[in-house]
Amino acid sequence: MEKAIAGKVKFDKRKISEFLLNYALYFILGIILIVVVIIEPKFLSLTNLINILKQASTKGILALGCAGLIVLAGTDLSLGRILGLSAAVTASIVQSVTYASRYYPQITKPVPLIIPLLISIAIATAISAFNGFGVAKLHLHAFIVTLGTSLIAYGITCIYVENQAMGSAMALSTFDMRFTNIVNGTVNLMGVRIPYVIFYFFIASFVMYIIWNKTTLGKNMFAVGGNEEAAAVSGVNVTKTIMGVYIIAGIMYGIGAFLEAARVQSVSTSTGFNYELDAISACVIGGISFSGGVGNVPGIMVGVIILQAINYSLYYLDVNAYLQFIIKGVIIILAVSIDVRKYLNKK
Amino acid sequence: MNDIVRQGTFFHVKRKVVIRTTENNYLLEMVDIEKQFPGVKALDHARLDLQVGEIHALMGENGAGKSTLMKCLFGVYNKDAGTIHMEGEEVNFTNPKHALDHGVAMVHQELNQVLRRNIMENMWLGKFPLKNGLVDSKKMYADTLKIFQNLDIKLNPKDIIGNLSVSQRQMAEIAKAVSYNAKILVLDEPTSSLADEEVEHLFRIMRQLCAKGVGIIYISHRMDEILRISNKVTIMRDGKWIATRDASTLSTNEIVKLMVGRDLDNRFPPKTNTPGEVLMEVKNLTGKYMPTCIDASFDLREGEVLGISGLVGSRRTELIQTIFGIMKKESGEVYVKGKLIHNKDSRIAINNGFALLTEERRATGLFPEMGITFNATVANFRSYVKWGLLSSRKMGTDTKWVIDSMNVKTPSQKTHIKYLSGGNQQKVIIGRWLLTKPKILLLDEPTRGIDVGAKFEIYQLILNLANEGKSVIMVSSEMPELIGICDRILVMSNGRVAGILDINKDDNGNAQETIMHLSAKFV
Repeated sequence: MEKAIAGKVKFDKRKISEFLLNYALYFILGIILIVVVIIEPKFLSLTNLINILKQASTKGILALGCAGLIVLAGTDLSLGRILGLSAAVTASIVQSVTYASRYYPQITKPVPLIIPLLISIAIATAISAFNGFGVAKLHLHAFIVTLGTSLIAYGITCIYVENQAMGSAMALSTFDMRFTNIVNGTVNLMGVRIPYVIFYFFIASFVMYIIWNKTTLGKNMFAVGGNEEAAAVSGVNVTKTIMGVYIIAGIMYGIGAFLEAARVQSVSTSTGFNYELDAISACVIGGISFSGGVGNVPGIMVGVIILQAINYSLYYLDVNAYLQFIIKGVIIILAVSIDVRKYLNKK
Repeated sequence: MNDIVRQGTFFHVKRKVVIRTTENNYLLEMVDIEKQFPGVKALDHARLDLQVGEIHALMGENGAGKSTLMKCLFGVYNKDAGTIHMEGEEVNFTNPKHALDHGVAMVHQELNQVLRRNIMENMWLGKFPLKNGLVDSKKMYADTLKIFQNLDIKLNPKDIIGNLSVSQRQMAEIAKAVSYNAKILVLDEPTSSLADEEVEHLFRIMRQLCAKGVGIIYISHRMDEILRISNKVTIMRDGKWIATRDASTLSTNEIVKLMVGRDLDNRFPPKTNTPGEVLMEVKNLTGKYMPTCIDASFDLREGEVLGISGLVGSRRTELIQTIFGIMKKESGEVYVKGKLIHNKDSRIAINNGFALLTEERRATGLFPEMGITFNATVANFRSYVKWGLLSSRKMGTDTKWVIDSMNVKTPSQKTHIKYLSGGNQQKVIIGRWLLTKPKILLLDEPTRGIDVGAKFEIYQLILNLANEGKSVIMVSSEMPELIGICDRILVMSNGRVAGILDINKDDNGNAQETIMHLSAKFV
């Protein structure tokens, strides 16, 4: 009898700890924000929240693309350089037609923005699809093939950017107003000015959520990432699944590159440098397991926002820049080590 | 050509099933199939014929090529030579999808499941029902439930596969194979992790399918089951076809004779060990995380073979894993030679003279991509250290000892263990633990999925160890083998010790019945 009661109490305790583990990320986000607010009460303002979301948005779209590759137990080192190339090409097309040293002097009338967007997506998708081909057909580890394509993409970017009539290696800037407005324009929602880019991020997240949870491709992605052999003997076309996930990642990168060019308003050969690390960090903080087959879209969104909130608040509190690196590193390790607990088998 | 047309509800899907057969009513004819692996001729003129509505048992020792033959049919492997005719037409499936599309489904020996996903997603993987281009979860749930009801399986389609027991996973996998509405169903050792009652359940399902005209190829090592369920038996040895007979004309002894090519008078070696002093005492052992053992107490003598019996889910594995320290204990003590010990993890347990052979060979025992040497010596690296480095000479010597004394059939020490048959893999792993010089061996289903010949060798090995004064605890779902080689049998029921039988004292004739009664004590 006593044993039975003791057993029950323990069960409840386990439930609580399970609950804490399942929502660990959200608690971490909460704790960080509370600490920041205690130190600097003025931090708690709508402007700051919107700034954080705005900055998280383009990175979020990239992370959404990259996350699928991590679910497949892969990774993507080429993301930043793919973005750099797509952004450079986009930038060269959308320069203001009144700007004398534009990349394409032959463009005399503003180009419809859909054209640079589609070109940006096409470039990113082509490279990402090649990554997928390397993984699915050449049976390369994603680390290797994306390492290779990141160098290739960087080389092409440099050649492209430095191939300017007026002076070489100049950053591509002075964009058409319509273009920069795509990101920086705002919607007035009950007196609050919300930048368009935040909507893009939420739309992209919603679409990705549908793909991951409601389509055959998404479900097959989890199966291939979780147990490739099981997927194969169940009749899943593994090659097609991998290719599909990489192509979707490419589309996301293309959109991300287009928006990033508009956001930073000046694209050079170093644009996109190390973006893959931010995207991968956001994914792992968001609970996408490197062992494959695990993750969800809300997790990625939280991961991206946590990362950006940390960045922003450290900057806001005027913490020493080098110390910021250290703090971020510690938080990534801490967040992920708490998050993986829930997948460990209790024995 | 004869067409057998069946109409109506075929399980849950309404459709017309036309099964075409040749004049002699063959659904499937595999002739002169050959397959070469590095260093091994796995199939050498193998053949198999299957008729409509027939249960055809495929038998042979481990490494005889049964699974390989089926994988050639299913498109996992490409055959080197030979022809496969299905319904009179030549087929050559190049991948599993191809085979599934043509009505061939297979339950694989090793469970191929995506552990982190739920049952219904595993079941419909590769054929998700769609609605407006999106996966229709509601239909998926309803269809899964319907199949489960048809097959009388009591599982929640939304449960995560990884949280199920091995036998539940097995039933889910069988239901999945049924969900393909296949004309040919291959079951590769589906009963190896099922308890008797669940085996009956599976047989009911199989008969149900046969009545609908499905041809079933059934691979198993359990003779009595084969003779009971199958119509025809095909026997293979060393990748070759040996014989195909009507099951009714065969006896267990004849099958064994055909399988091993010699007589096997006795399934169990004579018992020669004599248990001595009490070596280990377990007192009121209770694990920390459910499901686990509750309040378990027993002792183990030197040179004794103690069997652990019980229904699947009676937490036999949990008991020995708690003793070994890979599952956390809540309360209770373990004494070895009167001294209290604390196996907090497997390393400490190994230092305390314990060894554990795990139940799921592939998941928790094997390093498939590594050679025999690595697999044999991995638990014992400490003893090969010389000036801070591992001595390959010593490791080679020990590996040779394992290969020789366990009678492992392998081309070389460097062969990747994944190329060996299940029985030979098991021998290497037992050898691995013997190298650590344990006093107490905990063996979890040591003969699971192993053929008769190799089983005998493993029984002999266990008795030899007991003779040398080592103590063995052996978990098994096969009652005859427990009665055949154990000194005493501990019966578990729902996590508790229901009773301990002394085989030498108690009447052998009633042992099986007594165990059955005890198994149900706390259910």
